Amino acid sequence: MVIIEAKGLTKEFKIFRRREGVVGAFRDLFTRQYQVLKAVDNIDFVVRQGELVGYIGANGAGKSTTIKMMTGILVPTSGHLQVNGFCPHRNREKYTRGIGVVFGQRSQLWWDLAVIESFRLLQRIYRVSEVDFQQRLHRFEDILDIGDYLHLPVRKLSLGQRMRCELAAALLHNPTLLFLDEPTIGLDVLAKANIRDFLKEVNQTLETTIILTTHDLGDIEALCSRVAIIDQGKMLYDGSLDQLRAHWGEDNLEEVVKDIYQGQQPPGVKGWGE
Amino acid sequence: MLAYRATYLTGIFNYTIQIGAYFFLWQAVYENQGRLGGMAQEEMLTYVIIAWVARSFYFNTLDRTLSDEIREGQIATELIRPYSYQWAKMARSLGEGLFRLLFFTIPGAVFIYFLHPFGGPAGWTVGVLFAISLMGSFLINSQINLLVGYLAFFTLSTSGILRAKRVVVDLLSGLLMPISFYPLWAREIIEYLPFQAITYLPNMIYLGKLEGLKAIKALALQGFWFVVLLMMSYFIWRLAVRKLTIQGG
Ligand SMILES: Nc1ncnc2c1ncn2[C@@H]1O[C@H](COP(=O)(O)OP(=O)(O)OP(=O)(O)O)[C@@H](O)[C@H]1O
Ligand SMILES: [Mg+2]
Repeated sequence: MVIIEAKGLTKEFKIFRRREGVVGAFRDLFTRQYQVLKAVDNIDFVVRQGELVGYIGANGAGKSTTIKMMTGILVPTSGHLQVNGFCPHRNREKYTRGIGVVFGQRSQLWWDLAVIESFRLLQRIYRVSEVDFQQRLHRFEDILDIGDYLHLPVRKLSLGQRMRCELAAALLHNPTLLFLDEPTIGLDVLAKANIRDFLKEVNQTLETTIILTTHDLGDIEALCSRVAIIDQGKMLYDGSLDQLRAHWGEDNLEEVVKDIYQGQQPPGVKGWGE
Repeated sequence: MLAYRATYLTGIFNYTIQIGAYFFLWQAVYENQGRLGGMAQEEMLTYVIIAWVARSFYFNTLDRTLSDEIREGQIATELIRPYSYQWAKMARSLGEGLFRLLFFTIPGAVFIYFLHPFGGPAGWTVGVLFAISLMGSFLINSQINLLVGYLAFFTLSTSGILRAKRVVVDLLSGLLMPISFYPLWAREIIEYLPFQAITYLPNMIYLGKLEGLKAIKALALQGFWFVVLLMMSYFIWRLAVRKLTIQGG
């Protein structure tokens, strides 16, 4: 079953350029110069239920922008986008019931509340039954090892502890689709391994579809059989990890990605990036 | 909650200073005067106390919260939730308001009463009408704050606007002085603005200066302004979300 379908998905930002100095600032009051930046440029993307897709690209390539459109918080400039049968931004309130989101750079737990109270609030918001709630909570306690700090306020947690709680929070309502924008950013080796195991298990046992962006290729190697690479808003590659390695005749993923980010073409492959 | 004990205590201190200052100011103004702006000295002092006590309930910082969330892109974490952003914010403010009402407003009023006994509402009906009008103050004030907060969608430098709004609301709501003290031409303008429905009208109900049908009319006017502001904020929201660009990675 197709969960995400994007065709010609595009997002443009108007970047206003500030002119220098006092005179420049004064002129900016009247005429503003801007240029249009295509953060996401005509992307086609199809994801089926149960897939775990790694979405990578250099800094500023357009990953977060894509995720924001898919989660319904940014309106695409043009193109078609359907997720879980919804147009995300148009039916946002209904649509978001069925998805879970983690932005690695931002906390979505209530800063001053104890973790467990944040979970309780989410239980209310998503109308999760008490039985389901308890069952899921126990499970997250087990795998993510968060039992010890459930009663601490979020602001007292370390980054790694918080991230595990964010993941649990995003999954309390058992969404069919999970978006993760850099969930392993800044985590130690153990925490990363822990989170990878957890995601793998969620993906396998609950058939949760997962879209994951990351700069840690270890995440990709551990989790994703499919990888999508975006570069300056354009989709460069979308396929299996093995195929990617085969294209480049190179087993070390890091080397492959380095070459790609530097704009090189794979040896002997026609139509790369078309 | 412990982390907020300091905020709570400074809040009490703040309000005590404010009420005290205006209290003595008006006492000085009324020196050797009978009635001013249609009010006797005792009524005026009651007005000041009630105005500030009521403010501790309806006051909120939604404008700053919204503008910060928009500017820093934190609004993204709210938009991924299956609820309406505006109503969630209103509900949260109402919760905070009710908390303050119980633990701040009412104890504060009792405390002030011991320092300087002030007149209660003239009878039960007046008390009930005043309570309803307080809810109206909250709704109108919150909607104004939402609207001002939304300006961050259109310009990212909002701190000046927020400050200006605060001055305008304090002045035109009747918090600093009753609207009846303004010159006629100013009063005519203020009557066509929503601000006076935040402080002046509820206080006039409390003091028994708006009775019976007039009080009901004042409540209806509050309702009218709430609906108008609600429609405006709904419209701006629809417009803004379309062109919203979430700031930051
Ligand atoms: N609100 C915005 N206004 C203007 N330009 C923006 C905005 N958000 C993103 N951009 C631009 O869009 C492009 C893509 O940004 P995006 O955040 O999607 O990149 P990314 O792939 O997530 O990068 P990173 O790996 O650094 O997180 C960048 O060039 C960025 O400058
Ligand atoms: Mg990003």
